[in-house]
Amino acid sequence: MHDILIIGAGVIGASVARALSAYAAKTIVIEKNHDVCEETSKANSGIVHAGYDAHPGTNKAHYNLRGSRMMAAFCREHQIPYRNNGSLVLGFAEEDLPKLEALRDQGTKNGVEGLVILSAAEAKRLEPNLNGEVKFALLAPTGGIVDPFELTIAQAEVAAINGVEFAFDTKVESIRPIAGGYRVSTTRGVYEAKVVVNCAGVRADELNNMVSSRKLSITPRKGEYCLFDKQVGALVDHTIFQLPTQYGKGVLVTPTAEGNLLIGPTAVDIEDKEDVSTTAEGLAEVVRKAKRSVLAVPTGFVITAFAGLRATERGGDFVIGEAPDAPGFYNAAGIESPGLTSAPAIGDDLAAQIAQALRLTIKTTPMRKRPPVVRFEPLSFEDKAAAIRRDPAYGKIVCRCELVTAAEILDAIRRPLGATTVDGIKRRTRAGSGRCQGGFCSPRVMHLLAGELGLDPLAIAKYDKQSTILVGFDKDDL
Amino acid sequence: MIEKNLVIIGGGPAGLAAAVAAVDEGERDILILERDAVLGGILNQCIHNGFGLHTFKEELTGPEYSARYVRQVEERKIEAKLDTMVIDLSKERVVTAINETDGLIQIQAKAVILAMGCRERPRGALNIPGARPAGIFSAGTAQRFVNIEGYMPGREIVILGSGDIGLIMARRLTLEGAKVRMVCEIMPYSGGLKRNIVQCLDDYGIPLRLSHTVTKIHGKDRVEGVSVAAVDENRLPIPGTEEFVPCDTLLLSVGLIPENELSRKAGVAISQKTQGAVVDESLETSVPGIFAAGNVLHVHDLVDHVSTEAELAGKNAVRFIRGLDKGPAVVMVETGFGVRYTVPSTIHPAAATSITTIRFRTDNVYKDAYLTVLLDGERVQHLKKRILTPGEMEEVLIPAKWLLTRPGLQKITIRVDKE
Ligand SMILES: Cc1cc2nc3c(=O)[nH]c(=O)nc-3n(C[C@H](O)[C@H](O)[C@H](O)COP(=O)(O)OP(=O)(O)OC[C@H]3O[C@@H](n4cnc5c(N)ncnc54)[C@H](O)[C@@H]3O)c2cc1C
Ligand SMILES: Cc1cc2nc3c(=O)[nH]c(=O)nc-3n(C[C@H](O)[C@H](O)[C@H](O)COP(=O)(O)OP(=O)(O)OC[C@H]3O[C@@H](n4cnc5c(N)ncnc54)[C@H](O)[C@@H]3O)c2cc1C
Repeated sequence: MHDILIIGAGVIGASVARALSAYAAKTIVIEKNHDVCEETSKANSGIVHAGYDAHPGTNKAHYNLRGSRMMAAFCREHQIPYRNNGSLVLGFAEEDLPKLEALRDQGTKNGVEGLVILSAAEAKRLEPNLNGEVKFALLAPTGGIVDPFELTIAQAEVAAINGVEFAFDTKVESIRPIAGGYRVSTTRGVYEAKVVVNCAGVRADELNNMVSSRKLSITPRKGEYCLFDKQVGALVDHTIFQLPTQYGKGVLVTPTAEGNLLIGPTAVDIEDKEDVSTTAEGLAEVVRKAKRSVLAVPTGFVITAFAGLRATERGGDFVIGEAPDAPGFYNAAGIESPGLTSAPAIGDDLAAQIAQALRLTIKTTPMRKRPPVVRFEPLSFEDKAAAIRRDPAYGKIVCRCELVTAAEILDAIRRPLGATTVDGIKRRTRAGSGRCQGGFCSPRVMHLLAGELGLDPLAIAKYDKQSTILVGFDKDDL
Repeated sequence: MIEKNLVIIGGGPAGLAAAVAAVDEGERDILILERDAVLGGILNQCIHNGFGLHTFKEELTGPEYSARYVRQVEERKIEAKLDTMVIDLSKERVVTAINETDGLIQIQAKAVILAMGCRERPRGALNIPGARPAGIFSAGTAQRFVNIEGYMPGREIVILGSGDIGLIMARRLTLEGAKVRMVCEIMPYSGGLKRNIVQCLDDYGIPLRLSHTVTKIHGKDRVEGVSVAAVDENRLPIPGTEEFVPCDTLLLSVGLIPENELSRKAGVAISQKTQGAVVDESLETSVPGIFAAGNVLHVHDLVDHVSTEAELAGKNAVRFIRGLDKGPAVVMVETGFGVRYTVPSTIHPAAATSITTIRFRTDNVYKDAYLTVLLDGERVQHLKKRILTPGEMEEVLIPAKWLLTRPGLQKITIRVDKE
């Protein structure tokens, strides 16, 4: 029997696992996909929200602020790309001033520091590419941007290094209470655990509803984005939000932690919890709305588009903690935005609650840290030279757009919870996420994966066992 | 820091031809830097024939064509570092490169030739909506899998974009046992050479759907099909024309972009139209001593033109090393009606060779039209052309005497006239 079974290896499950790995306990993470970070945690805005959006007193307000305050040090500790770039909320008309003031006051009440309202001229001094129609802006200096992949992967790695087990390609199908815990049936066998933590994203309602009569209901709300070439990554420096207008909820324009430009998301309620396809209308809407914020949207530089699903719970707030009628069953449900920002704090809190319930003790040995993550591209010439002397594989470029070396790819495969797919490599190293989107490097990445994993290139997949890339040899079908 | 007279970045057809020409012009101190394990560039994966008709008066395959240049490079004992990626270039012409054996090297060059070729545009460039499963390839990536590695990327294929690589791949995949369902082209005309449409599609019964595009990609793990629709004159899908085409693979042949990261680092001015450097008659960029040729300068359809262009860059780089003075006078090359861009965009009459070739593409298909050249408004050429199409690069030849007999000449205009 496990002490703790965590369902879901998104940013929330990874964070709970990371925090629990400090305790002496037998913990396992069950994930239906082939890798960590395959669902909502990989398709979002990557914003560390300052914390003025949520109503005071809500879980969202509480965890957002705590997460935002933790984020800089947390990212330094775990080698996660993060930048405190600050954010602006734009108002486009006189009547927007009171709305911005209300937002500022709400934020101040939540504990957000430094919120000020800027005139159009002041805003444009900060952001010369703002659209001329801008009248006011609320500046939140504590806002930031984070690499959502690394925020998830880093925490999962820390958990794994410190003894948490991970079971991938394993889907939880049913949960039943048993004496002293739960029996969890999956597509790959049955597990028993004293405590179950439900971090199942858009499916967290279904799992909760298997054991609790306090039913949850999650509607997936799709958000679509366009991602742009780094060449235009400096169009704006702050994250630029819009006040909701008569045209509906606005979209944001932001640099990413990796230096691309991102615009989006839309917000459309859908039924299918698997549907992350982009739509012509959605992508057009994103571009149209972004034009209100900036002078020109560099549409010629779009390199990809994607969509993510917000796990919108009927009650409107994060559902966090033990289910009232299911002792030992903990929820982290309805974790829509600002879930990424809140993740480290949610993980810490749930771990502390569970540790108390199970009377877990902190391990006596110090927590082990992630092995160093070396990114070649940003190194100085001296450091690049030294890296190649240390390991010649740093002298071999695999991804030309993002300047990713063979050494980094091999490391991503060999690390704890290492990559086994082309997408896994992309999220860990950025190989394939540049302006040619893998056109150049994907064959090379596939060979490195095949070599390291002892597989035939025909078995190498994009992201799971079914999504193989090649179908056979030339002339097979003749 | 190593010192070299001439550093050539890229060992494809452009880099090789430039190196050979530079030696023949008398320069010995040359270094080619190539990130691949072999010289020859993209031609190594172009195993079809049709190369070299202009240069060698015979029909060669891509690898045969590049092998001829590799041999010339070897005969001249030109130094080439393979598996070596240039990662930085400064406007003072310091070239920084890395490889596994030398580590990081820096070379101060007297002249540099940019010959980095181009890359393919990805799906995002078109913003095709839908799912993001396995089975979406750029045509060149598929070409590499099939022709170099021996792997098939799919069995039932739709190709979007009728550029030459897409057309060539339609035939190749058919020959290797796949079913190519159709080639869709959003424009009302093909972006590829006429001969490729005949030899790669018509001969194999593969339909070419002009004014059609892919409006959606279907499938979760693997592509299961695409929606294809007709488009109107604004290239927008016409409602009601959408049709589901089952396939397991979508190949994108939607254009090439010159690979100019290094050029930008050196501060080289880049043309918005070609996405390549702005150059003069010597193929010198806005940064003195940095020259450009081949696909990094503007996308070519025929490698023969790449070779001749690169020879010019090689010769002029040597002249620069020796202190070439181009004189103060500069003539602008103006794009008139129907002309999308020209290379070069300026000419120094004092430095021009006996004939200056101006290469360009038209912005549309023109039938039975005239190619007109004007010198400060005076018509000096009016050539009837049966067809002008953006898919085929055109050229006009400017004799030096036109320039030298007109001191004070301001501009040369190239335009398409209906009559
Ligand atoms: C469009 C959009 C924009 C956003 N922008 C921001 C932002 O800028 N800032 C911010 O702070 N937050 C943002 N968020 C919110 C943030 O992305 C989410 O809150 C966060 O990623 C949720 O993480 P998660 O781990 O709960 O969910 P997920 O990442 O979806 O992980 C859930 C995991 O559970 C697994 N799972 C589900 N069911 C089962 C089962 N039965 N068995 C096994 N495994 C199962 C899934 O496979 C998945 O891996 C945004 C969200 C969206 C959609
Ligand atoms: C996929 C594809 C198929 C084609 N098919 C045909 C065809 O069928 N017929 C035809 O006539 N033309 C074809 N072309 C066009 C033809 O490739 C060009 O005419 C010709 O190859 C261009 O030569 P180049 O030297 O400019 O570029 P390339 O052949 O691309 O060579 C550029 C070289 O520079 C190297 N390089 C780039 N950056 C760096 C760096 N930073 N450091 C070191 N080295 C670097 C590259 O590795 C490459 O070897 C095709 C082009 C492509 C992309």
